[in-house]
Amino acid sequence: MEYSPPPFFRQGPSSFARFAFFAALSVVLLIADSRFKALEAIRATIATLIHPVQRAARTPGEAWSGAARFFASQSDLLRENDELKRRNLEAAAAALRARQLEGENNHMRRLLDTRESLKVESIAAEVIYQARDPFSRKVVLDKGTQAGIVAGQIVVDETGVLGQVTRTAPLSAEVTLLTDKDQAIPVQITRNGLRGVAYGTAQPGTGLLELRFMTVNADVQPNDELVTSGIDGVYIPGLPVARVARVEREAGYTFAKIWLNPLAGIDRYAQVVVLSAKLKDVPPLPPPDDEGTKAKRGKRKFEERKSAEPTPAAAAAPGLAPASTPTPAPTPATAGTAPPASAAGEKK
Amino acid sequence: MARDQFRNSPEYILLPVNPLFIGFTLLLAVLLNVIPLGRVVGMPDWVALSLVFWNIHQPRRVGMLVAFLLGLCVDVGDAALLGEHALAYTILSFAAISLHRRALWFGVLGQMLHVLPLLLMVQAVILLIRMGAGGVFPGVGYFLESVIATLLWPVIAFFYLAPQRRAVDRDEHRPL
Repeated sequence: MEYSPPPFFRQGPSSFARFAFFAALSVVLLIADSRFKALEAIRATIATLIHPVQRAARTPGEAWSGAARFFASQSDLLRENDELKRRNLEAAAAALRARQLEGENNHMRRLLDTRESLKVESIAAEVIYQARDPFSRKVVLDKGTQAGIVAGQIVVDETGVLGQVTRTAPLSAEVTLLTDKDQAIPVQITRNGLRGVAYGTAQPGTGLLELRFMTVNADVQPNDELVTSGIDGVYIPGLPVARVARVEREAGYTFAKIWLNPLAGIDRYAQVVVLSAKLKDVPPLPPPDDEGTKAKRGKRKFEERKSAEPTPAAAAAPGLAPASTPTPAPTPATAGTAPPASAAGEKK
Repeated sequence: MARDQFRNSPEYILLPVNPLFIGFTLLLAVLLNVIPLGRVVGMPDWVALSLVFWNIHQPRRVGMLVAFLLGLCVDVGDAALLGEHALAYTILSFAAISLHRRALWFGVLGQMLHVLPLLLMVQAVILLIRMGAGGVFPGVGYFLESVIATLLWPVIAFFYLAPQRRAVDRDEHRPL
């Protein structure tokens, strides 16, 4: 069975020696990547090399949709055009009003001598493909550091938050979706201002989020809408995230089991927007200690908040303890103080 | 060349393989792996399938170095841990090269029975690595992709060997 060459051919090292060499090299890479995150340069290089292939893989789909568009009937186009015009008018009106309010708001803030609210910049990008890896939920965007995308930025579509940029290459960027097991997002219920942290579920295939560490008597009801709370300094406050799908309260457990349906089209998007908030007064990263490096990638900003704002220690979150995990206070903020998130983010 | 007559029952003597064609099929496999179809359960790992094919048919040309490098590309493309597929493909390649003399004595069905455990092993290695790194078990359907890839083996074998089956001296009666 062993591949043994005739002795008069020099074939280099034996098959087993090659195997041992490459296997050892792979293990070294694995450890270096998973433990020390040391290979981002190599990764970015390979990503750039295979970028043409990724682009090429899109062409059949694009050709298909192009053909479909070519054969779309004129009445369909007219209807869509009317619809878009109507929406554009509405959006323009809202944008005008928002601009006026923003100016007014900034003026008020200056009068009150507080920080001006965040300037948000946005980059439009397109999802090239969804990573095949069944253990994670990631998508790849067609823009990278050359377009100004930085790891840690937020990715939204027109209906809500999709996820967060976790790794960048010059021409592409990886986005970890909210439904990934290791992704967490600080949220707030719009109805009563109750804050919490939503995690991707550990159950594969459900496409749901989980609102953890809410006490059994917490005021959460099905169909409650959740938006980002902005308390972590990463996510801009007020972005729609999810809607409560199911609440299970069992007296035997400390926490209720709350399942959420993400609002963004987690599985059916093509165009997305990458938002970057210029957070001016976020202190620099603390020197990486053991726990800091263990914290999940992309959640490093949580650590910044930890040093900035000593909140009570989070409930036992395995592996990652974002400071923004609220100890589930049974005193929900009243609906009147609607934007406590932004306030919390601003006053120091 | 004695084994060729067992490999394809009408007695073909295959032409020498074109290295460019091997490169093309492997590139095509990487491309098929990143095609944006969304998350489909049982989508076969084209790279592993093509790799095991060439490992069995051309072990001198496609060896562990190719497997390792392709593994790195798939790791980056899949946003997986760097080295995960590289390790799995290296093991796959070693096993396939060790088996290649034996596997080619069998017909297509026998070859499929050789390929299935190899592909399952790739998935098992990846599963072990990811579980070790804190992943969750994605369900038994995860192993479906190896079964589907094995079922594709005759198709792959037909197309990948087609350029080698051409007649040596072509005339108007034998254009291909």
